[in-house]
Amino acid sequence: MNEQTFIVALQSEFNGELIEFRGESTLVVQRDQLPDVARKIREMGFERLSDITAVDYFPEENPRFHLFYLFTSLSNKATLSLRVPIPGVNPGVGTIEGIYPNANWRERELYDMFGIQIDGHSDLRRILMPHDWEGHPLRKDYPLGYEEPQFTFNFDEIDVRKPYAKD
Amino acid sequence: MAQIEEANLDGMAHLVSNRAIKGETMILNMGPQHPSTHGVLRLLLELDGETVISCIPDVGFLHTGIEKNMESKTYQKAEVMTDRLDYMNTTGNNLVYCLAVEKLVDLDVPVRAQAIRVIIAELQRFSSHLVWLATSALDVAAMSAFLYCFREREMILDILELCSGQRMMTTFFRPGGLWRDVPVEFEAAVREVLKVMPRRIDEYESMLTKNPLFVDRTVGIGKISGEDALAWGLTGACLRGSGVAHDYRKFAPYSGYEQYDFEVPIETAGDVYARYLVRIHEMRQTLRIIEQALNTLPMGPVRSNNHKLVPPPRSEIGTSMEALIHHFKLWTEGFNAPKDSVYVAVESPRGELGVYLEGDGGPKPYRVHWRTPSWDNLQVLPVLAKRCLVADLVAIIGSVDIVLGDVDR
Repeated sequence: MNEQTFIVALQSEFNGELIEFRGESTLVVQRDQLPDVARKIREMGFERLSDITAVDYFPEENPRFHLFYLFTSLSNKATLSLRVPIPGVNPGVGTIEGIYPNANWRERELYDMFGIQIDGHSDLRRILMPHDWEGHPLRKDYPLGYEEPQFTFNFDEIDVRKPYAKD
Repeated sequence: MAQIEEANLDGMAHLVSNRAIKGETMILNMGPQHPSTHGVLRLLLELDGETVISCIPDVGFLHTGIEKNMESKTYQKAEVMTDRLDYMNTTGNNLVYCLAVEKLVDLDVPVRAQAIRVIIAELQRFSSHLVWLATSALDVAAMSAFLYCFREREMILDILELCSGQRMMTTFFRPGGLWRDVPVEFEAAVREVLKVMPRRIDEYESMLTKNPLFVDRTVGIGKISGEDALAWGLTGACLRGSGVAHDYRKFAPYSGYEQYDFEVPIETAGDVYARYLVRIHEMRQTLRIIEQALNTLPMGPVRSNNHKLVPPPRSEIGTSMEALIHHFKLWTEGFNAPKDSVYVAVESPRGELGVYLEGDGGPKPYRVHWRTPSWDNLQVLPVLAKRCLVADLVAIIGSVDIVLGDVDR
């Protein structure tokens, strides 16, 4: 893959840090730069947005989240990845839906699963969870959700606080 | 009793036309249990007579939280869940997960294991295409193709059962190689598939390709240009049906695909019929790959001998203290992966199937994300379905070949 030339060009323009692992490099950019970086990447010939996802580093607060963006260029036969650190207070980022239309659902998934506000998004609703769901399941402080087992001696005690449709 | 909410368009007013708000057009709910939605997909359709004005997909009915669940399992145990994502391409999911783990911990796979992985992944691709052909032909009322395809799929499921003991949820590929070597009957069984299938594909084609009823239902329906298909992130046959020759097996070869000679079929029309032709052609190419891989199948081990990461063979455990310790450590604690992240993608029957895997230095993945091809292929449905008839919408859903387990994860 000849991604190195693109990533060096981006780095010189936007001054990001480079993370290298197993021969692949990822550029770290600040969140207010993101729409500009994405526009630049589109101009460099990356026709497709392959993926957007996030990682929660929970007890950390600044940055709490890292967003991961992956772009693919068929004409240059290259892929390019970005990381965007986001603080835990008012997590939010600008949309890139105008540049890559398929970011729409992936950004909705970010909002649904991590509670990250996407500024300027045209249709920011939950996508996988029901619309009245509370919490954001992929955050690290969200419990995995095992059911509390009830035994004969404490059935009623647990029954009181157990969330299910009782009547 | 929980309060039952009355359905309304409040949250979705921006997605329908003004005429729907005034009540001039009809909002129709299709699914989630409609047989032509291939699983549990709900579509909100705004209809003017029979014409679809807008279409709002509602997904998440099959959301199983696999990404969250995998974070609480060790790398070996989490693999069992990967089968459940795209249940038509179970070994393909295993493959991409194993490749990602191998890249994260820097583990080499023996060549024999790579070749067997290719054979089984291609068999699975073939069986997935058979199910697609069966169900999408059924959607346009071609019943007999459905029955024939499911008959042939049994042959492939039998091979998977022969290798792994399971017909669908195999978990046959493991990080570092395979669960075990294939049995001696494997080669004859695959040769039988290679002998039978080309004639069977001709048979399907004779039923559909020039059938005027099928052609009428598919030509010119659900069109998308190559440029739009790229912008909307389509991959797989949906992209190749629009004239863009992109295939991850050629783009970034993995598991030894660069040794095999095969074509990437493309069609330029971008409609339902083009996607059908691409997949039929792909089935023939798949057989070509299987044949080459089987003819050149090398002998040797099928598991890496790095026993810090891959369990030693059962026979060694009785005689070697070291092997026993490795076995015990791996199955109680697991292995530690570095605090870094990788993204690996393969070509699944539906397109680019990628996994983002991040380790935190411990034995469990810190974050696993699945970039599933059905997600993007479904997202474009409102574009494909613009101004089409309800009956054609059914053909379009069939042609993009979504698997809801793959969409909702």
